Formats: sequence, C-alpha cells, structure tokens
Amino acid sequence: MGQIAIAIDDVSKLFRLYHERNNYLKATVLRGRRARYEEFWALRDVSIDIIQGETFGIVGNNGSGKSTLLKCIAGILYPDKGRINVDGRMAALLELGAGFHPELSGRENVYLNGSILGMKRREIDAKIDEIVDFAGLATFIDTPVKNYSSGMYVRLGFSIAISVQPDVLLVDEVLAVGDQDFQRKCLDKVAALRDSGRTIVIVSHGLGQVRQMCDRVAWLDKGNLSAVGPSAEVIDTYAGAAFGTTADQVRGARLGSGEALIENVELCDEHGQPVTTVHTGESVLVRLHYVASHAIVQPVFGITLRRTDGDVIVSSPSTRDTPHVPSYIAGQGIVEMVVDRLPLLPGRYDLGVSLSDVGGRLFDERTHALPFEVAQGDPVEEGGLVTVHPRWKVHAPEGMV
Amino acid sequence: MQVAELVRSRELLANLTLRELRGRYKRSVLGWGWSLLNPLSSMIIYSLVFGFLLKVRFPDGSPSGLKAYGVSLLCGLLAWNFFSLTVGASMGSLIGNASLIKKAAFRREAVVLATVGAQLMTFLIEISLLSIVVLAFYRRMILPWLLLALVLVVLLVAFTTGIALIFSSLNVYFRDLQHLWTLTAQLLFYASPVVYPVKGYVDVKLRGSRMWLRWIYEANPIGAFIQSFRNLLYDFRMPPGGRLAYIVIISFVSLFGGLRVFARLDRRLAEEL
Repeated sequence: MGQIAIAIDDVSKLFRLYHERNNYLKATVLRGRRARYEEFWALRDVSIDIIQGETFGIVGNNGSGKSTLLKCIAGILYPDKGRINVDGRMAALLELGAGFHPELSGRENVYLNGSILGMKRREIDAKIDEIVDFAGLATFIDTPVKNYSSGMYVRLGFSIAISVQPDVLLVDEVLAVGDQDFQRKCLDKVAALRDSGRTIVIVSHGLGQVRQMCDRVAWLDKGNLSAVGPSAEVIDTYAGAAFGTTADQVRGARLGSGEALIENVELCDEHGQPVTTVHTGESVLVRLHYVASHAIVQPVFGITLRRTDGDVIVSSPSTRDTPHVPSYIAGQGIVEMVVDRLPLLPGRYDLGVSLSDVGGRLFDERTHALPFEVAQGDPVEEGGLVTVHPRWKVHAPEGMV
Repeated sequence: MQVAELVRSRELLANLTLRELRGRYKRSVLGWGWSLLNPLSSMIIYSLVFGFLLKVRFPDGSPSGLKAYGVSLLCGLLAWNFFSLTVGASMGSLIGNASLIKKAAFRREAVVLATVGAQLMTFLIEISLLSIVVLAFYRRMILPWLLLALVLVVLLVAFTTGIALIFSSLNVYFRDLQHLWTLTAQLLFYASPVVYPVKGYVDVKLRGSRMWLRWIYEANPIGAFIQSFRNLLYDFRMPPGGRLAYIVIISFVSLFGGLRVFARLDRRLAEEL
C-alpha cells in the first residue's frame, strides 16, 4: 500500500432541513428563535483512506451523501465531526465554469477562474494557450462568455480546471458534459492524470463508468458507509441492493385493462439464473410470469428496451415467433425471450413489458418494469449504445503482404 | 492563519476586484463617469438644501483659511459614501456569488474584500479629484495632508472591512438584514457630521445636562473618521490625539472581530446559501 492521499477520519455532517424557509430577522425576533428545522445526518462516522495514485469511486442512491462527502473533501462544506486530510494540491470538477462573469471575455475569465482554483498569474500565463486550445475556443477567447453556447462554457471550464495539474482531482458527474467528442477528450485527460500517478475521486451514477475507471469504490447508503473495496465487487453488491433481482415493486406507468397481468419480470443469465448485472455479448434471457384471469386468444407479449432517459432502443413483440408462443393463455404461466448475444454496451437501461392481443387490446403494460445494468463484456467498444459485433478484415493491396 | 491564507490568495483577491470593477461599468455609456456622478450630484443637492436654503455654515478652515461649504462637505461625504456603499454592496456579495461558493473551495472572505477593494478604487479617485480642486481653485498646498489622509484611509478600510465581513455573512442567515441596514444607514448619516459641522451646531445643543448625549454622539466611529478627514483635508491640521487613538483601536477591533465572526459563520455558508 502506498501513501495515503486523502484521509477521511470519522467524518459526520449534520444538515438542517427547514420546515419553513424563513430566514428573516423579523420572524426570528417575533418567535424568539430561528426557523424551525429538523436535523439529519447526511454523513455518519465515515472513515476512508484513499491511497495515492488510485482512482476511487463513490456510489450510492440520491441523498446517500456521496456529493456531500465530495464537497467535504473539497473544503466547500465543513464536517461537523471528524477530520479530512488531503495531501497535495487539489482541484474539484464540481460545476464547470462556476464563477464565470458573463460580461467578461473568455480570457479574462480564465484568469479569474484559474485564481479561484489556486493558480498563480505566471502559471496561467504559461498555460493559457494550452487551455484555449484544448477547449477549442481560439477564435472566441476574447468574446464575452455570455455569448458562448453552453457547450463552449463547460469546455472552457473543464479546460481550466484540468490545467491545474492537481495531485488530487475530485470529479462529480461532470464528465457527462459537452458533445461526444469532447467527452472523449475529457476522459482521455483524466486517464492521463491517472496514469501519471495522480489520485482521482469520482462520484457518479454511471455504474459502468465507475466500474471501468475505478480501482476501488465506496458505497454510501443514507450517510453510512456500506462497503468499501475493489470496484467490481462493491458495484455488484450495490446494484443488487439498489435494483433488486426481481421487480416486484411496480415502477413507471402501468396501463391496460388488467384482465391479464404480467406479475413478475426476471433478467437471467444463460443458465436461467436471475442476475442483476449482465455483460455485453453474453447470452441473456428475460422471463415473464403472467396471470390471465380470462382466457386470452392470440396474446402478444412485448419487450421494450429503453435508455434511462426514456428513449426506446428496441421494441420486440412475440408475434415474430408465433410457433413458440401459445395461441391462447389462461391462468398462470411463463414466457421467455432469449437474446443470444446482448448488443448493449455498459450502462443503465430500463426494460419494459406489455401484454396485449393481436386485435390490439392492451391488458397490461409496464414501461419501466425492470431497470438493469450492463457491465463490460465482449466486445469492448469505444463509445455508443450498442455493438454490432463487428469483425474487421484487411484486404492487402496487390504487391503487399 | 486566516490572515496568512488571505495573503496567499491575494491574486484571487485582485482578480475578483477586477471582475467587480470591469463588470460594473462595462455596458454603460458613461462607464467610469457614473462612479463620480453620484457624489457630485449629492454634493450639489446638499449644498443647495443645507448650504443655500438652511444656511448651514462650516467654520473656516484653520489654519488653511479655506471657506468652501462644498469642500468641507465632500471631506465628510466621500468618507461616508465609501463606508455606506461598501457595507451595502458587501451584503449582497455572498448571495450574489452563491453558485461559486457552493461549487468551489476558496477563501470566501475574498468575495467581501473584493467589494471593499472595488469601492476603495472609487474612493481614492474621488479624494484625488478633491485634492486637485483644492490645489487648482484655492491654491492651497494640500499634498502633505493628503499623505496623512491616506493613513486615515487605511484605517477606514480596516474598520469598514470588519463591518462588511460581519454584515455580509449575517445577511446570508437573515436576509432582511439588508432592509435594516438601509434604515440604520439613514440614521447614521444624520448622526454623523456630514452635511453640518459639530462646532456651532452639535456642541451648542448638546452640553450641560445633555453632555452625556454628546458622548454618545462622539462615540460614533464614522463621525470620528469624518471629523478627522475634515481636520486633515479642510483645516490642514492634525486631529486631536484622543480621537486618533479611538480610531486606531476601533479599526483593529472591527477588522479582527469581523474576521472572527466571518470565520464562524463561514462554516455553514455553502448550505445556507
């Protein structure tokens, strides 16, 4: 084990939840006290040692305290108990371009933002060309930033922050900014920092990304540290706890007449065992448990894959394989859909199910029946949503072999 | 430690001050002219109302021999404006920079100090212009007194910074402090010898059995600053030693008290904003 870069020692953070947001002196004087509030622990006795040179992820549900912890490390929030010690120069990518002044030019804002991040004027002088170049703003750098597009804004923000060349870099979700091209450049830059032995702490919802980038991961649950360890291990446990193996609890919209219901949806591996995480390229099986209180002639089962933002990736009805689906159903039963090689790339997805008949009567539909996680498998692609399982061939021109 | 860290962030301080200054007048026709128009117009109004209509008279400057309501008025008005505008502007400074404070780690005192710095620039320009007027129109050698006045400016900056640090951070927790400040500032303006002199007015009314009121009146730090500025730049003489000692003490108390209060309130700042 190397040197400790960030020592988080028994840190607790108390937040106040105001019943009425009433921070007025008048009200305080009249009531003899400040607004009524409840206290709750956003972080509770959290101790983690982050080693120099490792890439460390923090995961957890919304409100689990992961961003609070990051802000405590950054020195934006002060813990109520415990101590945090950071060794070396630190930079935080919390919100890109925070503190930009709209009336000032890009160049003036680079100096302003740079000094907020703790850079000296001479340092910025030396780096400004590189900063402008990386952001791709050479022609706009003397324009007031209020005329920038949001993309230009964050590009400049990222460019400044990363040029600090920190020993410790804190990242909060911000890598999901800008266009695909710039995202790639950002990830490359972060990877380069990691390769040069810098310590990186990432807070993210993108489990696939965390799994790929991080050596170790901490899982926070309601302010408590649930687990710390190798990233694959912790993320699998977390994903299991967060999503559940089966989706008994209905999420999203539920439509339909209810004469027949899809009671349960399971995502299984090739052996038919329910799993929470599947891998790109694996054989996968989706199992639907239905209950039909009335006999239904020529039922149509449908399965829809969505991105978490709701965009449909593919919608697949059972009518395409009619011989394998019963011509009528009544009572309880099971149907399964098999995918031989899962084309989805790492990320989070939603699985929706529906049950109707060929006449178009809808009995049951759940748009988000089962959220699930795809982890890296085979093949590994550079980016995007799906793989087409490509094979590359080279045809050498004449005279060359 | 707090002070040492602030010294280390002096470049940030300079950049934040520049941002204030650049941002303030960037898109206005008169640009910097605005900052001078304000005291000029108040001077004309006060001269008309108090000097011309109500016949308020300042004693002649002694030993300078100056006889000018306007100059004497400005000695007080410029110092008053610096103090009240700085405290007023600083109260919005932390709230105005909320997104920055919630997303970046830096010494937050710098935001308040930048407001002070920006106002100080205006103040210095105004004092220079006043001195030029005295030199050019009244042909009096003001320069040695101007240097002494700069020492007083430093003390006034220290005093004002302390008050600004307290009010700006308290204002995050109690947002209606701003209204309270508007009222207080108005009261304080008339409780300070800006548009009238102490001699022949205050000292006539507040004596004998009302002497205790005079003590309260003299305890007003801003009044002490104004009288001292007037001593230096209008009368051309040293202010009384007792008053100077009071000013030095109250400036240090204010500055270090302000830094301490700010350090305490700073701890929950990012949450309360």
